Amino acid sequence: MKLVTAIIKPFKLDDVKAALEAYGIDGMTVSEASGYGRQRGHTEVYRGAEYNVDLVPKVRLEVLVDDADSESVVEVIVKSAQTGRIGDGKVWTVPVETVARVRTGERGSGAL
Amino acid sequence: MTMNSGDTAWVLASTALVLLMTPGLAFFYGGMTKAKSTLNMMMMSFAAIAIVSVLWVLFGFSLAFGNSGSGLYGKFDLSGLGSAVNELTNNGGVYGIPLLAFAGFQLMFAVITPALISGAIADRAKFLTWGIFVALWVTLVYFPVAHWVFDFGDKDADGNITGAGWLAARGVEDFAGGTAVHINAGAAGLALAIVLGRRIGFKKHPSRPHNLPFVLLGAGLLWFGWFGFNAGSALGANGQAALALMNTQVATAAAVAGWLLVEKIRDGHATSLGAASGAIAGLVAITPACAFLAPWASVLLGVIAGVICSLAVGLKYKLNFDDSLDVVGVHMIGGLVGCLFIGFFGTSFTTGSGDSAYTWGVNGLFYGGGWNLLGTQALGAFSVLAYSFVVTLILGYLLEKTLGFRISRDAELEGIDLTEHAETAYELEGNSGGGFGGLPKAEKKRITTTEEAGVSV
Repeated sequence: MKLVTAIIKPFKLDDVKAALEAYGIDGMTVSEASGYGRQRGHTEVYRGAEYNVDLVPKVRLEVLVDDADSESVVEVIVKSAQTGRIGDGKVWTVPVETVARVRTGERGSGAL
Repeated sequence: MTMNSGDTAWVLASTALVLLMTPGLAFFYGGMTKAKSTLNMMMMSFAAIAIVSVLWVLFGFSLAFGNSGSGLYGKFDLSGLGSAVNELTNNGGVYGIPLLAFAGFQLMFAVITPALISGAIADRAKFLTWGIFVALWVTLVYFPVAHWVFDFGDKDADGNITGAGWLAARGVEDFAGGTAVHINAGAAGLALAIVLGRRIGFKKHPSRPHNLPFVLLGAGLLWFGWFGFNAGSALGANGQAALALMNTQVATAAAVAGWLLVEKIRDGHATSLGAASGAIAGLVAITPACAFLAPWASVLLGVIAGVICSLAVGLKYKLNFDDSLDVVGVHMIGGLVGCLFIGFFGTSFTTGSGDSAYTWGVNGLFYGGGWNLLGTQALGAFSVLAYSFVVTLILGYLLEKTLGFRISRDAELEGIDLTEHAETAYELEGNSGGGFGGLPKAEKKRITTTEEAGVSV
């Protein structure tokens, strides 16, 4: 199994969610995050004084998938989250040792 | 002269309008502070209402408007307002309004002036020391200065006037408090900013306003209340009040435009904080001048105030004092602009005709009055500035050395709301301590073992 983690622009969340549902992904975890990449932050001006906002708001989306699906899921997220402008985010996968469903205690792929 | 119910109704209503300015100020300032210090900021305004109101009925009104024959202060006496319930107001002439209506109206000015100072010392002043400072400051600074500027003396039946404040007697034109309220508060703010020192991270990690809609709400409430402040100062429902109201509106509108114009040209964007700040700058500048200018001149004053104040607020970074919310840049500078502008564009007006004709104001430089008025205005503005700055500086240092005025470094980092008031303005803990699953402290049991948790491993 793989854990796919995506950092995306907050307003793209609905598009990504819809695309993943269409692909057949049943669940995900979403959290608010902040950070920066090559985009860096932005500058705000209050009464003439400049404030550098280094960390910009992002959404962090996590999905557990079977190994076979991971490449396609990454593809789906990249396509649906893309605006082509700087700051679109990142997607990465890491191997997962085990998964348990809390309600039933099932393990492995059955628990996804 | 008998009591005039129309005039009285307007002054009573104006009193309520001016009171609303102080909670409005609390929002204006409170939105500009950090989320962790907004309650303390707002509490400083509310504390001013509580403290000054009590002192006013005890002795404040007498010290400001009593007749001791001195131009420097009123009478050291109890205000004794209860026995004055049937008296009319006598302030350089008898007005058809009860003395108590005048006393209530003037109280609101005494309340908001120390509250204005609080913006200079955001995030870092001990609340108890602030309360004691307010009580001492109004006694040593505001009440005497109000006497200088606002007390036109008692006029007896023969037309003799006694006990006028020394600036009022010299003809300083300050209709609603450019000197006594704004220059006074601005100079005191500068002094306290110096006494308390810069906040941690000043210039390096600037704090940005945590709630700009609050700032706009506060500016709106201040603007609304300011009609009572300025037009109410006519002490009657008359042409002078209407002139003051109209000038207040157009100068403020023009100042918003002036401030935004500077921002657009200099920074590339017109901001909401700039609009709110421009409104206050315009209101401050028109305060002394509102009954002495033609409306077109008020527009000019507004634009000038908006431009000058928007540039002045940057000075603190160059001069290295942490006037956190720009009390100096907006109130002291705005007050100076308004007071001195009268010297150029002030003129005289007449209402009524024949025996009931009432004329006020004198001509400034551009109305053929020469330099006299400008000189008088400068005397008024700078004497109040100097007195307020010096006395506040001494008072501030005395409090800092005895009670301590500034909170500890740890408390400042932790957030003054929590350390001084044991409160926080916002529920920011999310699902761990808030609406989800938060139990009252007494019912919450700390689980330390797996047995207690009902799990055997």
